Amino acid sequence: MQRRDFLLSAASGAAAASDARYTREAKFYDKLPHKKIKCKLCPRECVIDDRERGYCGVRENRGGVYYTLVHSRVVAAHVDPIEKKPFFHFHPGSTAFSIATAGCNVNCKMCQNWDISQVRPEQVTSNYLPPEGAAEVAARYHCASIAYTYSEPVIFFEYMIDTAERAHAAGIKSAVVTGGYIQPEPLKLLCGKVDAIKVDLKAYSEKFYRETVNGELKPVLNALVEMRKLGMWTEIVYLVVPTLNDGEQEFRGLARWVRTYLGTDVPLHFSRFHPEYLLKNLPPTPLSTLERAHSIAAAEGLHYVYIGNVPGHPAENTYCPKCRRAVVERTGFAVRATHLKKGNCEYCRQPIAGVWEG
Amino acid sequence: MDARLSRREALGVLGAPLAAGTKSKVVVAHGAGMNETALLRALDNAMRACFDVDTSVEAWRRVVKPGEVVGLKVNCLSGKGNSTHVVLVEALCHRLQEAGVPAKNIVVWDRLNSDLESAGFRPSTNPNRVRYMGNDTLGYGSELATHGEAGSLLCRTLTDVCDAVINLPVLKDHGIVGVTMALKNMFGAIHNPNKYHINVGDPYVADVNMLGPIRRKVRLHLCDAISAQYEGGPSFMPQWTWPFNGLLVSQDPVALDTVGWRIIEQKRAERGMPPLKAARREPTYIARAGGPGYRMGVSDPARIARVEV
Repeated sequence: MQRRDFLLSAASGAAAASDARYTREAKFYDKLPHKKIKCKLCPRECVIDDRERGYCGVRENRGGVYYTLVHSRVVAAHVDPIEKKPFFHFHPGSTAFSIATAGCNVNCKMCQNWDISQVRPEQVTSNYLPPEGAAEVAARYHCASIAYTYSEPVIFFEYMIDTAERAHAAGIKSAVVTGGYIQPEPLKLLCGKVDAIKVDLKAYSEKFYRETVNGELKPVLNALVEMRKLGMWTEIVYLVVPTLNDGEQEFRGLARWVRTYLGTDVPLHFSRFHPEYLLKNLPPTPLSTLERAHSIAAAEGLHYVYIGNVPGHPAENTYCPKCRRAVVERTGFAVRATHLKKGNCEYCRQPIAGVWEG
Repeated sequence: MDARLSRREALGVLGAPLAAGTKSKVVVAHGAGMNETALLRALDNAMRACFDVDTSVEAWRRVVKPGEVVGLKVNCLSGKGNSTHVVLVEALCHRLQEAGVPAKNIVVWDRLNSDLESAGFRPSTNPNRVRYMGNDTLGYGSELATHGEAGSLLCRTLTDVCDAVINLPVLKDHGIVGVTMALKNMFGAIHNPNKYHINVGDPYVADVNMLGPIRRKVRLHLCDAISAQYEGGPSFMPQWTWPFNGLLVSQDPVALDTVGWRIIEQKRAERGMPPLKAARREPTYIARAGGPGYRMGVSDPARIARVEV
């Protein structure tokens, strides 16, 4: 998306001196005595005093009523290849109109987008892009989907839900890129509105979640299981951070858990870490570590294991689990060739799990 | 921006460590009410006692130098109910000017202009008068300041405008981190305070206070205890507020918070409320701030001289 178009779509954004247009009563919270509230959107369950905000920084208690401050308040908007999210089994080769607001419900020390995820909405430049505007821009740019990404879409839940509804009405799908730190009830509602969810599983240890993410692993695992139960197309990305979550036992434990609770058809992407934010002291992930993770997960029986952030690596391709031939060939975010017919391997007719057309 | 303190800065700005046997002083001045004359008297008594000098002007000259831009970090989260009182800030501005700091070199600041307004201050950037600025006036720097678990952008009012800061918190309970006074008030200098309330603020409150510009520039802690709150904070809850009619003054934020915490615990006990530890919000960050790796002050009551005036 060109800067000019974004600004035009945000036509009156510059005049948004008041935050009223961005403010909606939040879903999922309990009112407590003395004008306090308890947020029920994510497992953190922040108890928030009047005039205070939750951990995410974008939901505020005003006189005992809880509000989201980021509805239609977009801080980033781009037309991206869907492979950039990454989704490898969801309309490959298509583009996604990708949007984000400020805020996040965790604080990962390796965050690559901390300048929008770890700030309050009023601390960054934003533009007004209501749900119908987002759907309109996506259609104008022939995007197959809208992706809710970059920061953490759980914290702009209301905007995401409203936008997904508008997008569906225009024949556009919705894909969510999330940490998966969400309560069951909102997750259920979300799964009824969107078409695919990619979960950034930060590690397979509570220690890493506690010390590096400021969150918890168990609710994320529970959310993944629930997504699959609800029939949601799900992919997992695991950012491999040197010395912190790169143990062989952790890779194996993760692969076994995915196989047991989600099934062998859930794609698992091992991505290369680059030094960012509060972990600038660590080096990029060695390729050998990523390849070790890949081979462990494949050996555990997962059908679709990838290596990410290493453009040109053969593990960017999708291979048929039966005949082992490449059915989707990629370099970086570009799809070079597909060998699928109605979701089946062109060579051996083996069904390849995913959302391929429609 | 380099947020770390060099050894030279640490020794030069923070002063020499307390000698063995020396106690950290916290002055509790009584008789401070909304009456301007009484308040000035209490303020003067507190400052003379804190610095062992004969006049308040002498005391203030120990804190700030003419030519320096002095920030007054107020706490306005409770609106007009129980924020840093306007009358106290006015008294302080009066005394600073007597000590040689012109009005144009005084900046009253907090998180947001709307917070300042809610507490009765009028935001103004008039360069010839005392300025009143929320952090939204100048925004935040672009470089992360880091220490321990804290990684934050600091407000430009602190980093770019002020040479020295006088910290003006309020004596009150805090529903998540136990109490909020000198140390916690510095959350108003960072862009992401919402990230640091977990685990009862420990070690986050201590880490934020270790960020270089905060440690370098905060010279004095003057806690507004005209009215104080022992439960239900940080929001104003009149049913849990009482007129303490006092000021707490110290150069040691850890000692001041330790004394203030005791005052709150005492009031809670009087009113039949459980201690904060039993309420699962003991402010352990105070001891952390005085402990190994931080050494920002003294949390051991036996090493604190509480001086009542």
